[in-house]
Amino acid sequence: MTALLEVEGLTKRFGGLVAVKDIGFSINAGEILGLIGPNGSGKSTVMKCIMGIERPTAGQVKLQGINVAGWPTHRIARQGVGIVFQHARPLHRQTILEHIKLALLPDNLLMLATDHGVTRQAEEIAGRVGLSGVMHRLPRTLPFADLRRLELAKAIARNPKVVLVDEPFAGLTSGEVADFSALIGSFRAEGHAVLLVDHNVKSVAALVDRVLAMYLGEKVAEGTADEVMRNETVRRVYLGGKIETAARPEREGKDRTPLLDVRGLGVLYGKATALEDVSIHIGEGEFVSVVGLNGAGKTTLFNAISSLVPYSGTINWRGETLAGRTPGAIARGGIVQCPETRELFGDMSVRENLDLGGQHLPVATAATQLDWLFGLFPILKSRQGQAARTLSGGEQQMLAIARALMMQPKLLILDEPTLGLAPVILEQLSKALETLRQTTDITVLLGEQNVTFALPHADRVYVIEHSRIIWEGDPARFAEEAGAGYL
Amino acid sequence: MLRSRTFLIVVPTLLVMALLPLGVGGYILGLLTLAYYYAVFAMSWDLLFGFAGEVNFGPSFLIGVGAYTAALLNHYWLWPIPPCLVAGAFAAVVAGAVLAVPALRLTGPYFGLVTLVAVLLLQNVLVLFAGITGGEIGLDLPDVLSIDDNTNYYYALAFMTVSGAILFGLSQSPVGLILQASGQDAIEAAALGFNVAKHKLAAFCISAFFSGLAGAMLIFYLGTASVGTVVDIAVGVNVIIAAVLGGRRTIIGAAVGSIFLIGAGEILRPLGQLSTFVVSAIALVVILFFPGGFMGRLLQAGGRE
Ligand SMILES: Nc1ncnc2c1ncn2[C@@H]1O[C@H](COP(=O)(O)OP(=O)(O)OP(=O)(O)O)[C@@H](O)[C@H]1O
Ligand SMILES: [Mg+2]
Repeated sequence: MTALLEVEGLTKRFGGLVAVKDIGFSINAGEILGLIGPNGSGKSTVMKCIMGIERPTAGQVKLQGINVAGWPTHRIARQGVGIVFQHARPLHRQTILEHIKLALLPDNLLMLATDHGVTRQAEEIAGRVGLSGVMHRLPRTLPFADLRRLELAKAIARNPKVVLVDEPFAGLTSGEVADFSALIGSFRAEGHAVLLVDHNVKSVAALVDRVLAMYLGEKVAEGTADEVMRNETVRRVYLGGKIETAARPEREGKDRTPLLDVRGLGVLYGKATALEDVSIHIGEGEFVSVVGLNGAGKTTLFNAISSLVPYSGTINWRGETLAGRTPGAIARGGIVQCPETRELFGDMSVRENLDLGGQHLPVATAATQLDWLFGLFPILKSRQGQAARTLSGGEQQMLAIARALMMQPKLLILDEPTLGLAPVILEQLSKALETLRQTTDITVLLGEQNVTFALPHADRVYVIEHSRIIWEGDPARFAEEAGAGYL
Repeated sequence: MLRSRTFLIVVPTLLVMALLPLGVGGYILGLLTLAYYYAVFAMSWDLLFGFAGEVNFGPSFLIGVGAYTAALLNHYWLWPIPPCLVAGAFAAVVAGAVLAVPALRLTGPYFGLVTLVAVLLLQNVLVLFAGITGGEIGLDLPDVLSIDDNTNYYYALAFMTVSGAILFGLSQSPVGLILQASGQDAIEAAALGFNVAKHKLAAFCISAFFSGLAGAMLIFYLGTASVGTVVDIAVGVNVIIAAVLGGRRTIIGAAVGSIFLIGAGEILRPLGQLSTFVVSAIALVVILFFPGGFMGRLLQAGGRE
């Protein structure tokens, strides 16, 4: 059988940085190749080079024997390559169905009318990925997972011979991951060649035929999933160890006024209820996790605390109401949110983003804080001058967390911090949180659907489901009382 | 759904417009005639900005090239009006393409800047070669479309209706969808297999064609071609304000905005200098508080949830 996609000696340089170095592999029809590696190892860059979004510095990308390296993206797309981007990039003004229709259109200036076949086909694809119910809605009204579905739908619509899928599982619940795995599996069944990148190692291993591991732009291992996961280097630079639960000393002063006290919180988006009668409290120095599936209301809760959405009910901070304060005033008061969407200043450098975070600190404090953060995330130190927009997905996440910490918050709200991070970085982040806990009096509110990360770091856990808090308790009791659907 | 709503609004309005000469004086008809030509300028502009996402700060470059090509041919070579119009439209397309091919390679605000500079250049050339072009005073034309108010009115109305129908149809077609995708996210559109540059260039040429044609028609209505009426930056600014006021991405809104702008300017004329101020203030308020413009609200209100 001949390979559909053959990559040889692929190299990509960004100025002095070699993001991809002499990478080669081939994928046959009906085969899924997994591409793994730590954040910033060059996985997305490989995909962009294949797709023609970045021009390879050297090397060949052969589609059924034709070298397409250096071709413009649209020609490569028409030659039979499709990509599912790491970040969903929906058009704002088009409905879900229009997005899928768009993907079905040929590149023709004279297409003045669509026949009904296209609409029907688009509806069929929407059904296949589970978007039937929301076909006529605009992307911004949809939950995260549905946007990822839309990306898959577009790839299906284009029906490319080679499908590049970048982090399809990031931010999804285990149920959704299973759905997506099945969809990606169906590409294989239909004879496509699939290149799959994701940090969800278990799901990747279960799905792929072979795995290639990268580190610092280079290939470090290739073989079956088992072989690669057992590889020394892969274990060291990518997988890391298990996330440990540290012993939690009892916090003193449990009965004092809680630092943050949320009572009877309600949020409406138009007619839809996003939060209903939510009450939570957080004591000084406590680590509290809010666990819930996508769309359950975690982000809305955090946005209400930061005063980014209008709400009913009360939110008290150190016994005083936050009502009427601007988001800026709340942040200066010590509540700092690291949002799911990151909100980095894309055209500013890593250093500038961090400096903005530390703007209100005395110079000396800011310098120490910066040093400490560079120790925590060494990659940021070496990338100080790079524009935030060009960082890899995981690097951006690290920068967002670092910028939030730079503000020396009293209460740090982390919304899905694990999104897109390699296992080894999760472990580092986990250790960092533990250090924070032991060396400072910081309070943390963590929103996660990844319970393997949320539980070890929590003194207390809330479970939020369908806009309401349905469970509160000790992490140790979570598994038996509320774990169904999360573990 | 969107379409049927639009038809329900547009068709009766056009009928009323067609019957206007029965009840309205020549003065008002004259104003509306002017407004209808502006409407075509604004609709062409909207195709480029609202759909392809490219801000053309110099619509009067395209208008001016079309107008002056037609004017020179008519004045010096005494070409009859129809071939002058055709030549004007094609000259605008050619000039537009010459400008757009390199300019569309630039990302960010540079495309807009290039178009702005183009207007200034054209204006300067026209003034520099005043001996041929008539300079600031203008070039008077041996031919006019008609001396009858009603006939002129119907020419303009028909022209606006046909151009509007074509531009609107285009915007709602699959090509319009591809254009919007290219405008919003060029990388994504390319990854879906669309040649973004080709689609944008096509949009620019179509926009140029209608702008140039309308410019040429306008001068044959006015009987003279002058920098102040078809090239000046202020003309372009008015076109842009009209399109935004009426509602971006609606095409029809651009026409509504133009009629409003010219009508308001006239009603407020007794205020003298102040009238421009008042009109601009209204425009500002609409843009700030109803970014969708007049039509944005009307058309989209029930169109989508
Ligand atoms: N345009 C660019 N300019 C400079 N450096 C870049 C650019 N694009 C990517 N890089 C760098 O190249 C490296 C590889 O990035 P890439 O996005 O391929 O990583 P990745 O393996 O996909 O990581 P992640 O798992 O975090 O998504 C990163 O260190 C990134 O910062
Ligand atoms: Mg990546």
